[in-house]
Amino acid sequence: MGADYLGGQFTAACLSVGTSSFADFLAASAPGLLPGAASAGPAAQVPGDLPHGTTIVAMDFGGGVIMAGDRRSTAGSMIAQRDIEKVFRSDEFSCVGIAGVAGIGLELVRLFQLELEHYEKLEGRTLSLEGKANRLAAFVRGNLGGAMQGLVVVPLFAGYDEDTGKGHIFSYDVAGGRYEERRFHAIGSGSVFARGSLKKLYTDGMTEDDAVTTCMQALYDAADDDSATGGPDLTRRIYPVVAVVTENGFRRLTDDEAAENAEAVVRERMQSPGGPIAPLRQAST
Amino acid sequence: MSMPFYVSPEQAMKDKADYARKGIARGRNSVVLAYDEGILFVAPNPSSALHKVSEIYDRIAFAAVGRYNEYENLRVAGVRFADTRGYQYAREDVTARGLANWYAQVLGSIFTESNKPYEVELVVAEVGDTPAGDQMYRITFDGSVADEHGFVAMGGQAEQVAGVLKERYAAGMSIAAALGAAIAALSGQGNGERSEINGSQLEVAVLARGRVHRTFRRIGGARLEELLSQAQPGGKAAEGKGAKGAAADGAGEDAAGEPSPGDGTAP
Repeated sequence: MGADYLGGQFTAACLSVGTSSFADFLAASAPGLLPGAASAGPAAQVPGDLPHGTTIVAMDFGGGVIMAGDRRSTAGSMIAQRDIEKVFRSDEFSCVGIAGVAGIGLELVRLFQLELEHYEKLEGRTLSLEGKANRLAAFVRGNLGGAMQGLVVVPLFAGYDEDTGKGHIFSYDVAGGRYEERRFHAIGSGSVFARGSLKKLYTDGMTEDDAVTTCMQALYDAADDDSATGGPDLTRRIYPVVAVVTENGFRRLTDDEAAENAEAVVRERMQSPGGPIAPLRQAST
Repeated sequence: MSMPFYVSPEQAMKDKADYARKGIARGRNSVVLAYDEGILFVAPNPSSALHKVSEIYDRIAFAAVGRYNEYENLRVAGVRFADTRGYQYAREDVTARGLANWYAQVLGSIFTESNKPYEVELVVAEVGDTPAGDQMYRITFDGSVADEHGFVAMGGQAEQVAGVLKERYAAGMSIAAALGAAIAALSGQGNGERSEINGSQLEVAVLARGRVHRTFRRIGGARLEELLSQAQPGGKAAEGKGAKGAAADGAGEDAAGEPSPGDGTAP
């Protein structure tokens, strides 16, 4: 990079006719800045104990979508960070969470946020929700080489579609496969437990409050059974990051709001460690 | 026949400069003013799609007069430059000064190296955390940069426009008062054109100091009409810095249909 990056070549690239994609622009003019550029050679050994992000849950509700993530990252069996954030605003009407190698994931998110903002500034309008989901798929696919070496990261993307007035959730595989999920989804090491929990607690058209609690319960269940997922840390006052996307746009719950909700869940678990109990049979109609 | 005439460098530069000035003078003038809660951009522009004022980065915006295709090209280049810088370093490392210097180099080399100079004039402005931190740079077609304070006028009649602004401008004025001064300056106060200016012919935008993350907002529709009614003679905020009524809501100037990025985590 260095001198060449801001030199004549870069200036010429800025002035040239091109697309409205920031990633494409970087690939053409300053490829060294792209996340995949520093990846090791094919035979390189990737250290096994890089910090990994763990569980992210998302669900739709009456007014939009909610995404929540625990705050732990682990390096092998060690806790690498207690208060990592893995759920982000990607633009005004969408959010993105990551599970897997944190270093790659955070850079992926940064590039994705900028990609959406860059498009918005150049075109004067935002991408469609589907367009955003597809861009993210391309970025994940761009990391395929890294994933083959063990630097696996997958995002979970959720947004509110202003045209239809509905929330949508998209999950990804390492090859860039993009799948729209119905109702709810979870990714990361604790996702199995979180998904089971969501399945039992989810009902159609929940209120925002209920939906936030459902996500908190799911994260609690994930932390309960997965050592890599962190539960609410009452002593240090570290609580899950909860993002709500509705027709009013993106909103992250304040620390106090998240604390209140998480503490209520913990209080209930003091009485009933397994959490809310679903009815055994459907009530007859 | 094919023998080229000798043209002295002085003459060549003068010809290019005259050519650029003539091109710029064909368009309308624009103004940029600092007000108490941010920086105001006002440009006569009948089109609501082809902008003369645009967002570059979180606290930086761009205004231009002249040939649309040329300044649009510069705008896109500026966004690419700023986004690349912010991505490589950090968001706070993107500054109006850096961008203005870069534009100056770009325009300077186009002016000297190519046959046809760009017929544009730019203002790059950055809103600071306090009024003292506000920055405005005016960059002309040949790459000269001027560091301006308080207000800037661009276009063929920039001097006359700046003359009116100098009389009407006061540091720390409200947004309505600033808009009033801008309209007076742009309509060539006193020659009977005032009544022509209404909301649909104006492109108005602000960098709102109080916002976090992206501070740029377009002002249109009802909000603009409201400000115009306060800014026009007879309106309650027409004079100087007395009226603060409209400026209290730095967060209230969402343009209709414009996505409003809230306070998220900055990439």
